[in-house]
Amino acid sequence: MKILVTAKRVTDPDSKIQLKPDRSGINLDNVDFKMNPFCEIAVEEALRLIDAAGDGETIAVAVGDSDATKEIRTAMAMGCDRGILVEADETQLDSDAVARVLAAICAKEKPDLVLLGKQAIDGDSNQVGQLLAEYLGWPQATFAYKISLNGTSGATVQREVDGGVETVSLTFPAVITTDLRLNEPRYASLPGIMKAKKKPLEETTAADLGVDLALKVESVGFEPPPARQAGVKVKTVDELIEKLAGEAKVI
Amino acid sequence: MHAKDDVARAFEQTCRRFTREQIEPFAAEWEEAELFPRTLYARAAEAGILAAGFPEDLGGTGKSTLLPLLALEQMIWGGSTGVVAGVSSHGIALPPIVNLGDDAQKQRWVPPVLRGEQIAALAITEPGTGSDVAGIRTRAVRDGDTYVINGAKMFITSGCRADFVTVLTRTGADAHGGLTFFVVERGTPGFTVSRSLKKTGWRASDTAELSFADVRVPVSHRIGDEGSGFIALMQNFQNERLALAFMGHATAEVALHDALAYARERQAFGKPIGKFQTIRHTLADMATKVQAARALNYQTALRCERGDVDVSHVSMAKNFAARVANEVCYDAVQILGGMGYMRESRVERLSRDARLLPIGGGTTEIMNELIARWGLGL
Ligand SMILES: Cc1cc2nc3c(=O)[nH]c(=O)nc-3n(C[C@H](O)[C@H](O)[C@H](O)COP(=O)(O)OP(=O)(O)OC[C@H]3O[C@@H](n4cnc5c(N)ncnc54)[C@H](O)[C@@H]3O)c2cc1C
Repeated sequence: MKILVTAKRVTDPDSKIQLKPDRSGINLDNVDFKMNPFCEIAVEEALRLIDAAGDGETIAVAVGDSDATKEIRTAMAMGCDRGILVEADETQLDSDAVARVLAAICAKEKPDLVLLGKQAIDGDSNQVGQLLAEYLGWPQATFAYKISLNGTSGATVQREVDGGVETVSLTFPAVITTDLRLNEPRYASLPGIMKAKKKPLEETTAADLGVDLALKVESVGFEPPPARQAGVKVKTVDELIEKLAGEAKVI
Repeated sequence: MHAKDDVARAFEQTCRRFTREQIEPFAAEWEEAELFPRTLYARAAEAGILAAGFPEDLGGTGKSTLLPLLALEQMIWGGSTGVVAGVSSHGIALPPIVNLGDDAQKQRWVPPVLRGEQIAALAITEPGTGSDVAGIRTRAVRDGDTYVINGAKMFITSGCRADFVTVLTRTGADAHGGLTFFVVERGTPGFTVSRSLKKTGWRASDTAELSFADVRVPVSHRIGDEGSGFIALMQNFQNERLALAFMGHATAEVALHDALAYARERQAFGKPIGKFQTIRHTLADMATKVQAARALNYQTALRCERGDVDVSHVSMAKNFAARVANEVCYDAVQILGGMGYMRESRVERLSRDARLLPIGGGTTEIMNELIARWGLGL
């Protein structure tokens, strides 16, 4: 079995995000980066599925500038066999462009399964998996919280939907996006990091893949959330109720 | 300047995640309980933290000075030096076995610890002697195919629950040439924990007084030849002191971080306290000290990596970082005011933890003796 899995480089959710003075985007100086947590879950699941299948190959893919090789190496440190970087200017990508790049890679690599995070925690778009499945004409299951293989021909996926769980069964090749509760990703351990150094990492470009990166969605501006007002301390429950009813008008 | 390659940076990220997920959320609770769960060793092994720097044929990741130090540096951010000291007690307990032991000994005792299955402790200090290693009185006497050990050891990190202890004993009369290491396993008749010691800081790590009463171990538990202990110990001290030095600058860095955040937020007399000149300048001094200690420590680690180091370099790094940690923690507590004195604040814990740094692994005074003798030729 062959699984393609994404490893997007995103700003570390624990670092403080600041906008550029002209609000044209996020100031990327002095912020930490890491792999999108939903991608980490996808990588973990890919490794577990290959284990369950008995043998196979996992390929980690990222679209971005050359720094994104770090996240591919992390995926390989966790256990992926090889990596592919599609070099592109990260600030000039939308979900559709990434989906078309991934579709081109799928045409070349012919994986049985593509695993992606349900969304990236920077853009929060939640579109790439769906667009990719559409472009490939493959079945898709989004928001997976449990995946079990049906031999090597397909999988049964439990999806988190409003108010419950939906179980779907799909045949390979297919696209699955991962939700938070699917698994707990392993560490990129030190021995794994050292092994990853020697694993093959292919670098290519959208042009090489014959993909036109023209944007369909353009970001026109960014605004920070409104600053939080200072809190107040209340002395009695009565005062609290009065404030909730009178000032906040929530009860 | 830090000369961290991609492997080092990736490992740092793994250690950061380990600290955020496995230490930080529980640090306050473990400090109050004065213990952390044994399972933390297994988690640390999964991240490769325990294996860092040990030989590959023993389950390690290959010789490295810097990698284990990076792990210590990151783990300090968890806010409990005791956890860090406990989880890394193998860092001082295993090297004598790795450096002096035969293959059978290494294979028996090293890999299970690096896998997080066993806990190892190092026992040098005694109730009657610490700085003066030549004063060691715990005696091992040969009797046929065995040795009989009698004596006591004091202040032993992880001693209460160690599966085995690497013990320095006296086997001969010569002050330095009469010292030999043994491995004593838990459950060996006559080997007991006399008491678990209550401490100012490092609370989440257990610290033991150990008793050896006619403890009989086979000759195969003797590490190296008789009399080989002192030189191995001096080698070991280099690692231990550099580790304490790294814990020192990391402690100062965390305290600075918390003090800075507080100074930005806390209002007094109509403005953030960070706008008062005394506080600003104190923070500026703290930041300068952190930079200086970190720079000296990294330089010393790189020297060690190259083998271009003597005992005075490491002693200087340890003394300087230990002092910086204490000064910066003192100031951080002051900046946090009453909150700095509350057990719920990280700087309160770290300020107590930092007090150990000028004492453990060789005191400031002993470091200065070494600097004077080996560095200055006095
Ligand atoms: C929390 C904790 C954990 C520890 N963990 C371990 C462990 O895992 N294993 C282990 O073996 N030990 C451990 N130790 C022991 C530690 O290494 C010793 O406490 C330290 O080496 C000092 O020895 P001492 O306490 O006997 O002090 P002493 O040697 O009695 O010194 C007392 C004072 O005299 C000074 N002094 C001594 N000699 C001189 C001199 N020549 N010139 C000037 N001043 C001098 C010292 O600097 C010190 O100020 C630990 C200690 C603590 C507190």
